Amino acid sequence: MTTISPNPAPAAAHAPAAPSHRTAALRTLLRNRLALAALAFLALVVICALFAPLIAPADPNAQNLLERLQPPAWQHGGSGAHLLGTDQLGRDLLSRVIYGTRVSLLVGTGAALLAGVIGTAAGLASGYFGGLPDRVLMRIADVQLAFPAILLALAVVGFLGSGLWYVILVLGVTGWVSYARVVRSEVLSLRSRDFITEARAIGVGDTTIMRRHLLPNVMAPLATIGTLHVAAAIVAEASLSYLGLGVPKETVTWGAMLADGQLYLGTSWWVAVFPGVALMLTSLAVNITGDALRDVADPKAYRR
Amino acid sequence: MTATAPPLLELDALRKEFGGRPGSVAVDDVSLTVHEGETLALVGESGCGKTTLTRLLLRLLEPTSGTVRFDGTDLFALDAAALRGVRREMQVVLQDPYSSMNPRLRIVDIVAEPLVTHDPRARGRRGRAWTRQRVGELLEAVGLDGTILDRYPHEFSGGQRQRISIARAIGLEPRLVVLDEPTSALDVSVQARVLDLLAELQQRLGLTYVFVSHNLAVVRQVADRVAVMRRGALVEVGTAHQVFTAPAHPYTRQLLDAVPIPDPVKARRTRRAALAGDEETAQAGDGKTGDGKPGDGGTAPRPAHDGAR
Repeated sequence: MTTISPNPAPAAAHAPAAPSHRTAALRTLLRNRLALAALAFLALVVICALFAPLIAPADPNAQNLLERLQPPAWQHGGSGAHLLGTDQLGRDLLSRVIYGTRVSLLVGTGAALLAGVIGTAAGLASGYFGGLPDRVLMRIADVQLAFPAILLALAVVGFLGSGLWYVILVLGVTGWVSYARVVRSEVLSLRSRDFITEARAIGVGDTTIMRRHLLPNVMAPLATIGTLHVAAAIVAEASLSYLGLGVPKETVTWGAMLADGQLYLGTSWWVAVFPGVALMLTSLAVNITGDALRDVADPKAYRR
Repeated sequence: MTATAPPLLELDALRKEFGGRPGSVAVDDVSLTVHEGETLALVGESGCGKTTLTRLLLRLLEPTSGTVRFDGTDLFALDAAALRGVRREMQVVLQDPYSSMNPRLRIVDIVAEPLVTHDPRARGRRGRAWTRQRVGELLEAVGLDGTILDRYPHEFSGGQRQRISIARAIGLEPRLVVLDEPTSALDVSVQARVLDLLAELQQRLGLTYVFVSHNLAVVRQVADRVAVMRRGALVEVGTAHQVFTAPAHPYTRQLLDAVPIPDPVKARRTRRAALAGDEETAQAGDGKTGDGKPGDGGTAPRPAHDGAR
């Protein structure tokens, strides 16, 4: 009599305010100080990217050979005009680091989104249909994994020419496998759950099942891989630019700055160190956010 | 339920083998009819093919051979569009109320799923309001508060969830509802109330039930007719009265003997009689286990698919 009384009061008792998933998730996120710091840093990076011309003290490409290789302001010989010093062509390093956020963010999120879309579609199809589509897609994934991504990126960029969009394309296309694998394994475990059987018995179509029942249940791991991939793509873009195969010379990127700076590492450490620190902090912040997202997105975490 | 009315559901020599090997027969030439308005109970121990049989008659699995006719039409001959029409008429309630609902959907979307899939009134601009109202009515029809629409499944108990499942199943006023162990995950007191609800809905909506269970006490309460399954094959079909009072097949008798008797003196006497008299039973390896359920000793090798319910 008591256990299933028709009115839902007992249920209300153990879920008092009936908080939605989102508010509960947000509360968990706010409790994590480190993740908050990472998010704040990322917000700063995003602001720098959006408003670079307003924030940067100088034109990042303006050369001044008279002021080349000036140290940061706090070192002997530095000046307030160039807070982080200048590079070998006398360009303001602070301005270049600020402008560098643009390429990094664009490449990171662009590549992660592209890879996410391809990988999720492949993983859903592979896991849900099984059989031939599964075998074909997973063999393609194996081949893709066996082939070093950076080598493929080098080949494509060398062949098609360099450019921001090619870099995004290459990093996106080479990154789909991890998404596909994770989505596939999640779908395999979901597929045998009763609610999928029920939906099929009701007559819900395959695409609707994937959209309504499968996709929302794989979003949590997807978000985690996505953020990790953003960080990886930022570093990969820097590697390509370091090798001179990334974006064109006049576009400021941290990778190209690192490549420039390594020649002067012995005498003028700041040329390489500041873009390097920016790169490291950004990818670290993205990774920490990704970890926090994973903790928050665990559906069991909402229950308590 | 007159003899002249054509059966609602007709299984003819239905057979399902997994993996193509002859040893893995999950459903072995089952022929069975279910008439409009009756409750047919399908009983048998775990792994005997009950679940596979329900998946076949819902056309979630393709049979190796044989046919299933629903209201005269062969389910496996239907194209996708015609199959959708039939799916509207048959709904299912599954055993585990914790995995039968998408945890990310609200109650309204869970109960509305058949409506949105099949009823044009649930679509379009006015569809949302209509759906909410209809779902509210359905929830009240199964004894729940009609205002729980925007809650999530994890906020409810097992019995409440099973009521939500039932609300979903009756939304389109189907003719056939397949109940796959609908109460076996519930406490005994909750079980009884859900069974009462099912009986009441059957009367009110003229539903036909295929009721799968291994619990004979439950079956005795709900069934008009009983089909006993063992190792994929039917061993006995009859009215509930016949099967419970005068079981024709020795396996049915074993199942009945395995039902725990809530009187210790009587139970002891029965057990002693069984030990003394029924040696074939013991040799066949189908003896009861201590908790009163039929043991697994004599079960045929189970195909892996069947276990993943």
